Amino acid sequence: MTSLFASGPTRPGSYVPHAPEDALEGIPAAQRREDLDLPHMAEIEVARHFTALAHANYGIDTGIYPLGSCTMKYNPKVNEALSRLPGLARLHPYTPVERVQGALELMDRLARALREITGMDAISLQPAAGAQGELTGILMIRAYHEARGDAGRDQVIVPDSAHGTNPATAAMAGFQVVTVPSDARGGVDIDALERALSPRVAALMLTNPNTLGIFEDRIAEIAQRVHGVGGLLYYDGANLNAIMGITRPGDMGFDAVHLNLHKTFSTPHGGGGPGAGPVGVKAPLEPFLPTPVLEATADGYRFSWERPRSIGPVRSFFGNFGMLVRAYAYIRALGPEGLREASEQAVLNARYLKHRLADVLDVPYERDAMHEFVLSARSLQRATGVRALDLAKRLLDHGVHPPTVYFPLVVEEALMIEPTETESLQRLDGLAEAIRSVVAEARRDPDAVRRAPERTPVGRLDEVRAVRAPDLGARP
Amino acid sequence: MGYLPSTAPERGRMLRALGLDDPEALFREIPAALRLGRPLALEPALSELELERELTDLARRNLSLDEVVSFLGAGAYDRFVPAIVDEVVRRSEFYTAYTPYQPEVSQGTLTAIYEFQSYVCALTGLDVANASMYDGASALAEAGVLACHATGRDRLVVSRAVDPVFRQVLGTYARGQGIRVSEAPLSGYRTDADATAQLTAGDVAGVIVAQPNFFGAIEDPEPFARRAHEVGALLIAVADPVGLAVLKPPGRFGADVAVGEAQSWGLPPSFGGPFLGYFAARRDLLRRLPGRIAGGTVDREGRVGYVLTFQTREQHIRRERATSNVCTNQALCALAATVYLAALGPGGLRDVAALSAAGARRARSRLAAVRGYEPMTEPFFQEFVTRSPVDPEELGPKLLERGILMGLPLAVHYPEFADRILWAVTERRTERDIDALGRALEEIA
Repeated sequence: MTSLFASGPTRPGSYVPHAPEDALEGIPAAQRREDLDLPHMAEIEVARHFTALAHANYGIDTGIYPLGSCTMKYNPKVNEALSRLPGLARLHPYTPVERVQGALELMDRLARALREITGMDAISLQPAAGAQGELTGILMIRAYHEARGDAGRDQVIVPDSAHGTNPATAAMAGFQVVTVPSDARGGVDIDALERALSPRVAALMLTNPNTLGIFEDRIAEIAQRVHGVGGLLYYDGANLNAIMGITRPGDMGFDAVHLNLHKTFSTPHGGGGPGAGPVGVKAPLEPFLPTPVLEATADGYRFSWERPRSIGPVRSFFGNFGMLVRAYAYIRALGPEGLREASEQAVLNARYLKHRLADVLDVPYERDAMHEFVLSARSLQRATGVRALDLAKRLLDHGVHPPTVYFPLVVEEALMIEPTETESLQRLDGLAEAIRSVVAEARRDPDAVRRAPERTPVGRLDEVRAVRAPDLGARP
Repeated sequence: MGYLPSTAPERGRMLRALGLDDPEALFREIPAALRLGRPLALEPALSELELERELTDLARRNLSLDEVVSFLGAGAYDRFVPAIVDEVVRRSEFYTAYTPYQPEVSQGTLTAIYEFQSYVCALTGLDVANASMYDGASALAEAGVLACHATGRDRLVVSRAVDPVFRQVLGTYARGQGIRVSEAPLSGYRTDADATAQLTAGDVAGVIVAQPNFFGAIEDPEPFARRAHEVGALLIAVADPVGLAVLKPPGRFGADVAVGEAQSWGLPPSFGGPFLGYFAARRDLLRRLPGRIAGGTVDREGRVGYVLTFQTREQHIRRERATSNVCTNQALCALAATVYLAALGPGGLRDVAALSAAGARRARSRLAAVRGYEPMTEPFFQEFVTRSPVDPEELGPKLLERGILMGLPLAVHYPEFADRILWAVTERRTERDIDALGRALEEIA
């Protein structure tokens, strides 16, 4: 691909009137900028450039996108259209509160639905993404302990199978991270957890089902033990897509939870955002919610900043509102039966796909998969030298997006596969056949697999060079 | 309504392949005591027709900027967005893609990120930029954390003329990491340079000033940079993205880090989000940057391509030792910004800035002619403060009756400015709009 900074100048379009000559007279000369060396492009060239970029991208609308832990489900078109209604998109965040009642009602309805789905008592829609939701939740837990005068809780426990955001978040909230290993069944090693528990523990962060796609069936016992030493339980909602209407983090004993609306609730990933990461909490944590807090009063909705124990805002205004609109529309479109059906189908699709692949790749954990599962290319790699990464690259030549590779870290040569509920049987069979044929090819002609991909806009890119000779931006 | 493509017979076949006859058996690992055992208490499903009706009804109960002449800004702006921006952003190859972990099929996203970084560097005058942050406020918070890590110190000095919302978010992040924040006082509507210099002692990691500041005033940032550097601290500039086209860029007034809220680059105000934080820094701070960074490289055949790079800073590799926990950011918003910047080009960007500045000066003069609306002094950019002889709480509704959305009453954030209003003028405001505001204020008085 060539950057637009490399294209020659063409004549730009006219988008706003020309400013008068003296327009900048009020700006002191010492603070003025006279030069602005940026590309000049005619609109047709802008259109062609970004169309070419679009052609070089793979999205859910292109084909199956089975990235484990990412929940790449279909993004309904109607949500795109509705989020652009002028009364939603062209709404200023400082508009007087009595003239934004529709927006606030939408937020309240979404928050209520998320409370019901998670079994939590209160929700903040403010966090911009899952990781920011985590930070919000952990800061609230910290504030909770401090408010009780429970000093000395300086540790957060995370399992070794956790998303990298969990330990990174705990560190950002000022905690020391204690990692506990997984046991042979793929769950938290209860003995190791027991050893890690002490009055220094502020919280345990857990994903359930976990990143191996396995439901932590001893969660009630884990919750009891963590609560027993005065710690709280934080639920990483990345995998909520497996359990909507079936079980709830609130009922499992979790005290705080974040949701990724861009996973479970179908808001588009956008190539890496914007997402939305609402946080739900049980009543004891409610005073610590970020400000402002949405309140329903007799005169309508309003925001309250009068929250003396709040951790404060984690970002400007009220959240990624445009994403909240899409998630609300999704929940309304599906209704209670539809959400449960979505989770059921997500699990069925994962289980079916695992069944179709269990004889060609290693199955590190025999337990029932939920909405995703992890296979390993360890035996294949030992036999042929072909690694999980090579399989992934060869899959690109079959026109399908590969699964997540090398995560979770507890499985060697991991391939983490999450088909989601919006893939048909035909698509699942197509992916299974593609993976089977790449594995067969690896055994027959490993070099061909290691050379892949060959049918993509570029081949494997030299990541070492990208660091050794950094090119992080074009100079006009 | 749902989005499941599988038919009932297909579901049956899949279950049979697994040796199951009841879908309930899929969940046998979930202990019975934890099962919900009842349907979720949610409203029943809607068809697309009904959904459209419901959302349209909710949207109608809000005051869209299309229905008023707005002088409201204060961090979110009513700007013109060329049609091509949404055309590109609505291509599903972009919006239905994940974070580009497989670069061979993500060159669209990666090239756009690289171009966004290029624009941010060119506009800020700094060396390196990341792929975006959630918004300007959280970008500032991350910049504060970076300054502390880079200097090994734990105190920040922030001007009270920096957007109060940004300062609140900075406070939230700072408390989490045991960082102390000192606020530098105002002198009029600008940062008090002497007081700031006194606060900037040897334990300070970073000094934070905005250009233009929250009141729209143009600061003289160089003394702040000099003082910060004297004590070994960083200067962090919060710079308005529109201002970057006509004001001396942060890289040239001594800033080590520049951040800002780039909603003005082609995004609708969307009730406050999704927005777009930008983050730029000097080259030697590269390995401390939060978030994603795209970089150019080549494949085996020498074809140029882009990858996510310097990933050893990031949470998925470094875990608790990462520079930040940020993962998903605002990639699609950065794409919108890149299209906006490419379409407008340098001439268009200067026109947008100059039209806003000229409109603001015109509005200031017009308001100065109305008794009691004593305005602040120059220099200012596209926003300015006036006193109001009428309680802003009463003035707002009266202006709205006349189709005008008032500027922000400063009492919201500055108790000492209870009688003052922050007015914003963008390129969308015409001479007629400004005159209508002047006449409305005369009538109301």
